[in-house]
Amino acid sequence: MTYIAKPKFHHPALKKNALGFTHRDYEGKISTLCAGCGHDSITASIIEACYELSIEPHRVAKISGIGCSSKTPDYFLGNSHGFNSVHGRMPSVLTGANLANRDLIYLGVSGDGDSASIGFGQFAHSIRRGVNMTYIVENNGVYGLTKGQFSATADRGSRSKKGVLNTDNAIDLVAIALQLGATYVARSFSGDKTQLVPLIAGAIQHKGAAFIDVISPCVAFNNHAGSTKSFDYVREHNDAVNRLDVITGRDPITVDYAPGTVQVVEQHDGTKLALRKIDADYDAHDRVGAMAFLAKHAAKGQIVTGLLYVDPESEDLHSHLNTVDAPLNSLEAEDLCPGSATLDKINASLR
Amino acid sequence: MTPTDVAVQEQQTSARGQRVVNDFSIQVATVNGSGSQTANLVLLRSILLMGVPVSGKNMFPSNIAGLPTWYTIRASKDGYIGRKKEVDFLVAMNPETAKEDVLTLDAGAAVVYDEPLRLKELRNDLIFYPVPFDKLVAPVCPDAKLRRLVRNMIYDGILAKLLGIELPLMEKALGKQLGKKAKAVTLNTAALKAGWDYAEAHFTKQDPFWIERMSAAIGKILVEGNTAAAIGCMMAGVTVVAWYPITPSSSLADAFASYCKRLRHDPATGKAKYAIVQGEDELASIGIVIGASWNGARAFTATSGPGISLMTEFIGLSYFAEVPAVIMNVQRAGPSTGMPTRTQQCDIIACAYASHGDTKHVLLFPEDPAEAFEFAAQAFDLAERLQTTIFLMLDLDIGMNHRLCRPLRWDDARQYDRGKIMTAEMLEEGRDFGRYLDIDGDGIPYRTYPGTHPTKGSYFTRGTSRDRYARYSEEGPVYADNMQRLVRKFETAQDMVPRPLQANAAKPTKYGVIYFGSTAPAMDEAIGLLEEHGHLLDRMRVRAFPFHSSVASFIADHDFVYVVEQNRDSQLRSLIVNENGIDPVRLIPIVHYDGTPITARFIAKAIGDHQDHLKVTPLRKAVS
Repeated sequence: MTYIAKPKFHHPALKKNALGFTHRDYEGKISTLCAGCGHDSITASIIEACYELSIEPHRVAKISGIGCSSKTPDYFLGNSHGFNSVHGRMPSVLTGANLANRDLIYLGVSGDGDSASIGFGQFAHSIRRGVNMTYIVENNGVYGLTKGQFSATADRGSRSKKGVLNTDNAIDLVAIALQLGATYVARSFSGDKTQLVPLIAGAIQHKGAAFIDVISPCVAFNNHAGSTKSFDYVREHNDAVNRLDVITGRDPITVDYAPGTVQVVEQHDGTKLALRKIDADYDAHDRVGAMAFLAKHAAKGQIVTGLLYVDPESEDLHSHLNTVDAPLNSLEAEDLCPGSATLDKINASLR
Repeated sequence: MTPTDVAVQEQQTSARGQRVVNDFSIQVATVNGSGSQTANLVLLRSILLMGVPVSGKNMFPSNIAGLPTWYTIRASKDGYIGRKKEVDFLVAMNPETAKEDVLTLDAGAAVVYDEPLRLKELRNDLIFYPVPFDKLVAPVCPDAKLRRLVRNMIYDGILAKLLGIELPLMEKALGKQLGKKAKAVTLNTAALKAGWDYAEAHFTKQDPFWIERMSAAIGKILVEGNTAAAIGCMMAGVTVVAWYPITPSSSLADAFASYCKRLRHDPATGKAKYAIVQGEDELASIGIVIGASWNGARAFTATSGPGISLMTEFIGLSYFAEVPAVIMNVQRAGPSTGMPTRTQQCDIIACAYASHGDTKHVLLFPEDPAEAFEFAAQAFDLAERLQTTIFLMLDLDIGMNHRLCRPLRWDDARQYDRGKIMTAEMLEEGRDFGRYLDIDGDGIPYRTYPGTHPTKGSYFTRGTSRDRYARYSEEGPVYADNMQRLVRKFETAQDMVPRPLQANAAKPTKYGVIYFGSTAPAMDEAIGLLEEHGHLLDRMRVRAFPFHSSVASFIADHDFVYVVEQNRDSQLRSLIVNENGIDPVRLIPIVHYDGTPITARFIAKAIGDHQDHLKVTPLRKAVS
């Protein structure tokens, strides 16, 4: 958390997006995380993605749990409402907020302790319900604020900074998200902004549960030899299956790739996701194939990154519940209260 | 004659030959899952249709099928609808318990029983009506698979004939219960008739018990508190519900869903103007409620004790971050799993001070379904006005039993109180917005809904300490300033919540009694029993926490005040002592906590004993 607000002035020639906002309009307070923290890079990518998509900052609700990652919503989108809730419970708070007003964009920011350990259940159930959200896990495998204990995503056999060996099996949130029916699943690395920004932009445009696992080294407690979440380890073992470009209608990007190497996915709102294939065998429309691909590569010690699965026909919780188009929080008494005449009929049925 | 003897003596004698009209209780002993609930509700409703005040209490096990269950119906011409322990008329359908059921009856009681049980041999001071249920059910129900369910309706027919309930009224009650299921109506009507005909042909009325038409119950309704509370939520504009199944609260969420299905769909599109999520647990349920309320929707969850325990971390967040939430707590006997299908008022302290750190929460104590309806609707106004958690403290007795009460009323001119909301227009006008800034001196700040304004009014909601403008701060004075404002807010709440109701004895008295919630009908009746024997008491029914100042003055005005409640540790008394600095010696605990609803006779005896001896030592009376 920080109490230091960033200065508001900026260079008059600073580039503006379609709505006339500059990058500065998407920033928040100054980060109090450690210098070099992967989470700050993710914050920068979120700012970049929102800028590129020309989102009105106040139409975003940013919700988090507890931990280093959960502090970050204070560091971006200063004109958005934020909710730093309870440890591991971001998904339920976000679900409720989403039910109340389907018109806002919901950005859930969590960590590996928050989502894979204490909040594993809430992570799972919000995904299975198909809540329309962008769920980002800033995954460093350790508890930073309590000084370096393992979280549930730490790989078996990895060592903590104090030299303790992790003997528990790791939870791969991407594999679980695929299994639970997330309709947009990606993994990236905090140090790879080129890959991450479009993945976040695509997730925001996606209607349904979009999950992104971002490996984000902890410079204080998990960036040493023996860690499998360090900058060096991830760079060496990163196996990107594709590169994503998000093409919005108003800002056409010329796609010039060799035939057969680009998969184009059109989402509900008309935006197109152009996937430059790096691995020719990889099909981002195949959930079962993605799960098998992940497992195969994990066994070889490779960290598969990119857009791993997207369902262009996705639905969200509101479609499952068949709720009205207007946000529920905009309905007035005349929409909601059946009135005394109806109540009298209910009374009559109870006699 | 000691007061105890007086209290235990029946209001009417059941000596043979003397008619006992509209003032007795019927108990039906069956097996859980045998479909007897329909027959019992038809019997209950038919007595109501005769205009007789009536109530039903279901004593059921935590089991799906196979264990014993008892349903008790009390008809009371005087309108006493609290539980009465003594049974006047038994319907013994359960071979497992029949013997014991018969042996515990008072002399003069009547028994309708399944003939093969041969209960007649057990006692010679009872009136027996043996019925060959299997022989009677076969001709009316050719489908052998349905007979187990239909045979229960035969005892309704028998009872209608024996007690004088008009058969067409019972048929009407049956129609109401089964609705549009034509085949079921035909089958059960035939079973009713078969019972009636059998009783007419084979029995001579020997017992004194009669139901006769009267007008005392006309206009009243018979409803479970959970249903009434759910209707209150619907009227109050709830749009988001999240819940996790738990006895005895599940029927509240179910009732909300069923009324909304009928009344809350857009006629043009068929789409729902509400969202119900069955959470994966109680933590998620309260999280969803808090998220929805933060975002400007009215939301609630329904639960019971174990769920409250799980929710407490979030309840602290609601208190400290000042996010509205409504929790329907249908209390059951604790601690731990306790007795899930038995009633208690045992979560008073757990809810009043729920969560770590210094917290206090608003509790509402409805006495019956009608008040559960009113308080449920009011809970949302209070939650949004006070920006905090409001507990509606129901219990199994109110929630799951059919209670006679006044009809539910709604004033069409009523406006929802959405509390202090700063709108985009107000922000544009340049109003100073500090999320935790107390502008009006009542401890209640303004809030904005997410998405209100492009550049003004956003803030970061957090469970950590912050200043008046929602900026993170660990400064001691800033923290203390906020905590003091929360105290001010709680003081403001005192005058917003339902006030206690006081009724004084006919003559001045030095003694008073405080009670609340589902104890009310038994207390009303007990007051009469006590007065008959010269024990005069002023009474106060507490309806909410924080306590209104009149609670302290009521205690000050009396030498001793009894506090009657349904838990072991006299929790309301502890709360009163703690919050008002009362000398505990002046509050005499009267507690009943065996899981059955408290009775008038229990209260009258306990208070009578104390009055008789005028000892100041607390009475720790065991089960009634």
